[in-house]
Amino acid sequence: MKQLFLILAIFLLPLAANAVNPGEILKDPVLEKRARAISKGLRCVVCQNQSIDDSDAQLARDLRVLVREQLVAGDSDQAVVDYVVSRYGDFVLLRPPVKAATLVLWFGPVVIALIGAMGLVLFFRRQKRYAAEINKEVGE
Amino acid sequence: MNRLMYYVPLVLLGILAVYFSAGLGRNPATLESVLINQQVPEFSLPPIEGSSKGIAKVDLKDQVVLVNIFGSWCKACWIEHPFLIDLKEKGVVPVYGINWRESNRQAGPRWLKKFGDPYTLIGDDPKSKGAIAFGVSGAPETFFVNKHGIIRYKHMGPITEQNWNDTLKPILEALRKE
Repeated sequence: MKQLFLILAIFLLPLAANAVNPGEILKDPVLEKRARAISKGLRCVVCQNQSIDDSDAQLARDLRVLVREQLVAGDSDQAVVDYVVSRYGDFVLLRPPVKAATLVLWFGPVVIALIGAMGLVLFFRRQKRYAAEINKEVGE
Repeated sequence: MNRLMYYVPLVLLGILAVYFSAGLGRNPATLESVLINQQVPEFSLPPIEGSSKGIAKVDLKDQVVLVNIFGSWCKACWIEHPFLIDLKEKGVVPVYGINWRESNRQAGPRWLKKFGDPYTLIGDDPKSKGAIAFGVSGAPETFFVNKHGIIRYKHMGPITEQNWNDTLKPILEALRKE
């Protein structure tokens, strides 16, 4: 019984957590960590809802290697991201940048929530006022 | 005034409906290229096996050209291949090839030997260096470059006689006048 449980537990281990092949990993752990962080923020243009860190697509793999090569060559994180964006556009950023075209995307929900909250406050205030008025009338 | 407020949700729904129905018709796989109206990216690729010259940005200078990303593994490339041969035989426009991500060094050359070589020059691109420089997401893709070295159009998917006559040929003719 205990053994069966162990076997089941092994099957449940989240083994396929990322797509990075052992051969791609850089020797320098600091650089590798930076590469992983960058890859997590870049969209795979083949399977568009995955990052290149998650994706098994060949192009994602080649992009991961390119990111690492540029880091090894001494580029900053921003320079690497900028290069990929200069080729594929803002679309490859899984976290869209805040700029004029994306203001509605970033702040629209907050604005709508504020309007809703204001409506609620006004509604309950009015309810309270009516209740007070009715109480007054009944009291008289 | 208060009465009118009741229509606000309806109006919002209308706006959303228009917005979403416009989005429904769009294909998320066709990406708007950020390279349109930009200089051809710096790139330099070695020759494929059996050839002595690869391809680099300077090879495209001072002429209207097409840059075509292809691979022998890509079925849609098989479809457009005869048409590219046709373009070459009729001398319509020089087509430069980027042989993308062949699994071995013989696959591309062998394919071209068998079906014909429509390309003026070909660069070998096993690691996607050229493909990434051009912001390619799939094959085939074809870039239209004017004689100032500026990318003016990107076509995704195979070139066929129909889309050539309907869309691509007029674009090429417009490029010649630039």
